Amino acid sequence: MKRRLFLKSAMAGSAVATAVGAGLLTPTMVFANSADFKAVSDAAGASSAGAGKGSFKFKAPKIAENGAVVPMTVDASKMDGVTNISFFVVNNSTPLAASFNLSGAAAGYVSTRIKMGKTSPVEALVTAGGTTTKVAQEVKVTIGGCGG
Amino acid sequence: MGKIKLKPKARKGVIGIKALIKHPMETGQRKKKGKLVPANHITHMTVSHNGNVVVDADIGATISKDPYFKFNVAGAKGDTIELTYKDNNGKTGSATAKSK
Repeated sequence: MKRRLFLKSAMAGSAVATAVGAGLLTPTMVFANSADFKAVSDAAGASSAGAGKGSFKFKAPKIAENGAVVPMTVDASKMDGVTNISFFVVNNSTPLAASFNLSGAAAGYVSTRIKMGKTSPVEALVTAGGTTTKVAQEVKVTIGGCGG
Repeated sequence: MGKIKLKPKARKGVIGIKALIKHPMETGQRKKKGKLVPANHITHMTVSHNGNVVVDADIGATISKDPYFKFNVAGAKGDTIELTYKDNNGKTGSATAKSK
C-alpha cells in the first residue's frame, strides 16, 4: 500500500513538473519575442477606436473559404502624405496583422495576405498627415486558418 | 528557408513591387500531435528604393505562410529595390532586384 502511494505521488509530482516546464517555458518564450509587437498592436487598437471613416479603398473578400490565406488590399494612393497603413483583425488573438510605415517615394498602397481564425470584422487603418482613418469590412471565414 | 522572390516593374513613373518570401510563419499557438509548434515568423521588414527606405513594416504572426506583399513606389525602370527581413529567431534575409 505504501509503495503504491509513493508511486502515485511520484508520478503526480513529475506530471506537475512537466506541466510547469511546458507551461512556463513556451509561452514566456513566445511572449518575450512578441512583446514589442503586442505593444504596437495595443497602440493600433487604441487608435482604431477613435478613428473616423476613411476615404480610401479597402478590398477584402466578403467570404473567405480558407482562413489561412485571406488576400486584402488598401489603396490610398489618392491621399497625400500617407505615413502608415495597418491591417487589424478584431477577433484574432493578436488583432494587428501588420503595420506598414511608408515614407519617401512610397505610394499609399499595400496588398498582402493574412490568416484569420474565424469570422471577424477586418479594419484597415490609414494614417495620413497625422490623422488616422479606418474602413472596416466583415469577412466570413468558413475554415479557420489558425490551427483550428 | 529564406528564399525571396522580388519583382519590381515600372510603369508610368510608378514601380509596382511584388515580393514573395518563403517563410513558415508559425504563430507559436498551433499544435501538432499535442505539442506546440514553436513560433517562427517574420517580425520586421524593410523595402528600400535606391538606398532610401520607403517601407518599414512591423509584421505579426497573423500574416499568411509564405507572405506576399505588394507596394507602389514612385520611380523608373532600372531603379534598385532591396528587401530585407528579420524573424523572431533573429534570422535575416534579403534580396535585391533592378526594376524592369
